[in-house]
Amino acid sequence: MNRAMKSVTMSRMISRPTTLEFIDEIFDDFIEFHGDRLFKDDKSIVGGIATLDGKPVTVVGVQKGHTIEDNLARNFGSPHPEGYRKALRLMKQAEKFNRPVITFVNTSGAYCGIGAEERGQGEAIARNLIEMADLKVPIICIFIGEGGSGGALALAVADEVWMLENGMYAVLSPEGFASILWRNPSRVEEAAELMKITAQDLIQNKVIDKIIPEPEDGLHNNLKYSTDIIKTELINKLEVLSNKNIEDLLSERYNRFRQFGEYSE
Amino acid sequence: MNLFKKKNYITIQHVQNTKNEDIESPSIPDGLWLKCKYCKKTVYKKDIGEYKICPHCGGHFRIGAMERIALITDENSFEEINGNMCAKNPMGYPDYDVTIKKAQEKSGLKDGVVTGLCTINGYKAVIAVMDSNFMMGSMGSVVGEKVTRAVEKATALKLPIIIFTTSGGARMQEGIISLMQMAKVSAALSKHNDAGLLYITVLTDPTTGGVSASFGMLGDIILAEPKTLIGFAGQRVIEGTINEKLPEGFQTAEFQLEHGFVDKIVRRDELKETIGKILKMHCVEGGGF
Repeated sequence: MNRAMKSVTMSRMISRPTTLEFIDEIFDDFIEFHGDRLFKDDKSIVGGIATLDGKPVTVVGVQKGHTIEDNLARNFGSPHPEGYRKALRLMKQAEKFNRPVITFVNTSGAYCGIGAEERGQGEAIARNLIEMADLKVPIICIFIGEGGSGGALALAVADEVWMLENGMYAVLSPEGFASILWRNPSRVEEAAELMKITAQDLIQNKVIDKIIPEPEDGLHNNLKYSTDIIKTELINKLEVLSNKNIEDLLSERYNRFRQFGEYSE
Repeated sequence: MNLFKKKNYITIQHVQNTKNEDIESPSIPDGLWLKCKYCKKTVYKKDIGEYKICPHCGGHFRIGAMERIALITDENSFEEINGNMCAKNPMGYPDYDVTIKKAQEKSGLKDGVVTGLCTINGYKAVIAVMDSNFMMGSMGSVVGEKVTRAVEKATALKLPIIIFTTSGGARMQEGIISLMQMAKVSAALSKHNDAGLLYITVLTDPTTGGVSASFGMLGDIILAEPKTLIGFAGQRVIEGTINEKLPEGFQTAEFQLEHGFVDKIVRRDELKETIGKILKMHCVEGGGF
């Protein structure tokens, strides 16, 4: 198995710690809030308020489960439009009360189904992109497992994007890539390698800004090893970001995404 | 012997027209006869007129970016910007340059979008027109950069931006960099929006994937051509996920209108007039009554 395929496999492990476990380790006094105020509560997105080093923050993330029952309830971490709208509602709430936002991404992608289309999956993702680009509080996004396409990006328009060592982030799954471009799903390992989806690849092309190391005995055996690092880094970085004036913060966020693209003229 | 007998009919090449092939082969085939993909009837090419509308069912044939510009903008008003931009190969995808070259030959364009300044019924605007003949209008670095610059230009010149979308989604050959284009264009639109300027989206067949999940769905006013395929996920993917057939009319412009995601469905031969009226109502200095 090549390095890229290892990240794919590790990031999808059913035992991999979920957003709620990260929240529990990193923050204090987490209170979960529910619903998008429009349609329903999408359980594949969790969010609410908590404190970090005594200061209030808003946290939002994609939630997977560890068992089949749990995963069915969480829709295997594939949000519907109402999930993205709940996330946006909580982020706008954070903006109103001037507290930073921390998002956790762990999804194979936004859900593909009839209801999701009827309720505007594309619009929900698009709305998050444009609103997050202009959200007037610091945003830090952490990829803890899988990062699949637009469904991941909808929580990842942030001032800084971090990733766990064995996380991944891609425009589509390597399986999808191999079957669409080569019509040969068995070339998945080759696809994973070519797609440059590992944390090491992504930091080189500036898609992510920081890699969070994982313990040698596996994240699921020693989550605290990584969350202690995240906690320290978050406290330091949020202090820096919060001290910037809002115009600078937003123009740096704009430029962070403005730079992407390779072309000749 | 009927060896020399003349046939009293002509043969029409049977065009297999499944949903999937609609997405992969958007161009109008050469020849005198066309098959409408909506009503499946055979149409004499001249009968679809300059707007390329099926005389039987009103279905719209796909048209290229330059053809679109000719139909929408005032004569000689279009000034292209960033017309020389070409794709590189950020992921080192094998033979990407060959794929690009083929698409350039097929479409006559450098990449999947044409951008520029123009007037429409006398009103100035910046327009970006995508073209499904170029790798199914997929969005890579060039499409993302050109649309972003068009939006930035509109913001700088305090002009409306009109984007005609047609796209299968992100350009997979450019990997994660193509995904980042969605955030880049959306951020530029956010600034245009904050400046109080008008953004009109015109969704044309097909508008799916990353384009629908970014600038496609962000217009102040969203228009769509009749029967246009509009959606986030591909129909094959949805069928595969839910393991059932999709309902009739799923993800059409009419479906999106019904569900509240499109402001108005406008026939191609009425688009210029409609856009002209909208521009007129937005060019009142400072708004108000």
